[in-house]
Amino acid sequence: MSAIRKSNMIVEHLRRAQMQELLAEGKRLDGRALTETRPMKIETNIIQKANGSARVTLGNTQVIAGVKVSTDEPYEGLENKGILICSAEVLPLASAYSEPGPPDEDAIELARVVDRGIRESEMIDLEKLALVEGKIVYAIFVDVSILNIDGNLFDAASYAAVSALLTAKLPKLKIEDGKVVNTGELMPAPIRTIPVSVTIAKIGDAIIADPTSEEEAVMEGRVTMTTDAEGNVCAVQKGGTGAFTVEQIHHIVDTAIAKGQEIRPVLKGVADGSL
Amino acid sequence: MTNLINEQGLRIDGRRIDELRSVRIEAGILKNADGSAYIEFGKNKIMVAVYGPKEVHPKHMAQSDRCVLRCRYHMAPFSVEERKNPAPSRREVEISKITREALEPALILEDYPRTAIDVYIEVLQSDGGSRCAGITAASVALADAGVNMRDLVAACAAGKVNDTIVLDINDEEDKEGQADMPIAYLPNLKQITLMQVDGVLSQEEYKRCLDMALQGCMKVYQLQKEALMKKYFGDDTEVGEML
Repeated sequence: MSAIRKSNMIVEHLRRAQMQELLAEGKRLDGRALTETRPMKIETNIIQKANGSARVTLGNTQVIAGVKVSTDEPYEGLENKGILICSAEVLPLASAYSEPGPPDEDAIELARVVDRGIRESEMIDLEKLALVEGKIVYAIFVDVSILNIDGNLFDAASYAAVSALLTAKLPKLKIEDGKVVNTGELMPAPIRTIPVSVTIAKIGDAIIADPTSEEEAVMEGRVTMTTDAEGNVCAVQKGGTGAFTVEQIHHIVDTAIAKGQEIRPVLKGVADGSL
Repeated sequence: MTNLINEQGLRIDGRRIDELRSVRIEAGILKNADGSAYIEFGKNKIMVAVYGPKEVHPKHMAQSDRCVLRCRYHMAPFSVEERKNPAPSRREVEISKITREALEPALILEDYPRTAIDVYIEVLQSDGGSRCAGITAASVALADAGVNMRDLVAACAAGKVNDTIVLDINDEEDKEGQADMPIAYLPNLKQITLMQVDGVLSQEEYKRCLDMALQGCMKVYQLQKEALMKKYFGDDTEVGEML
């Protein structure tokens, strides 16, 4: 499904000049400062049938994530680790330009980048999710549904997935006579760190955080950077048909780490509130 | 952790930490294509063909003010240890997209309105770093096709292995190592057109890693120029004479 409109964005292109003039003065169309993010709201445990869930609204962008847990054989070479799979789907109800059908490259990139941030930061201690090494492990699926598109799906989907994992209650399973038995007890997912995804877009010479759809339509490129609690960079993805100078990249790293430290307490609050 | 760097500071394939694998690039090897290139980058063996600028099919994809660039990165079923299903995987769809976005800033697409350029990257054997090798070869193939370009695109990865920042990580270092950062670079315009990272890097490591990858890109750039010189001006031409 198409995450963004691809062609004939005439109105957006006409507004490009106006946007650039404003950006040169350090202003944006919606009144935000260049690296200011939109107001965010996170609600958790909204889907009772899921092991964990979260709805994130970031400006007008709205996404929902659900965690489901099952058991499976571990992957080859990762016999002592549980399985974590994060995916994202752009639903046809998310905009006038999203259509049903198999995921297009934007939707695939979105899912893979969200997954990469959570995986590479080692947010979940997967070694604690092996039941019988080499035979059976927990399999945690995080599915993100995009409900309303107004830019920066990467960060909204990531915050929703992270929030759902932070508040998830996994069934405590044990092995009896070689079979998996549900003890009926619940446990939190083994959390190691809280990854924060920060997306920065480039329009002309301006570097802005948390772009709206309107801004994404005219941007030359974006960089999505996920950092962990120690301020390490865990995953990066450049997108868009533009290019960045080394200085711009350094500026983006600094911004992503600083923004990450701002947003992490919000996500941490989500985790603490549920315990 | 597997020991990937020995006491002498050499890596499992005998390279120093700032050494590229052996690279061979050849331009213009497929007769039917408008431009083509073959690259061997370590054990990677990749063929690239460029068709176009040509009429756009399906027609509704055409843009009235520019050429549409389309890229397909594809791995042959026999290119990896376990046979790969020939249908494009999600990984290949993503790499096709970022490859297109890495090449596009180098092309003057406004010169060819209402047309399309197709870039087909076929990985015949894969050895880690295939997206960078594919972009590098694609850039040579586009130049070979005579497409108007602002710059070549040179790509190379750096990464972190045994807590050390190293250039151009191979398959095993990718699997066992701590981080991988593929970069594509416009060497003359000094612009980064592809950047991905997976794995954990501190801010300081991040900067060193980027630095090292860019140095790698500059080395790759020399080899790209040599390949094009060789095709068009013969074996004896020195790159320096032409530029």
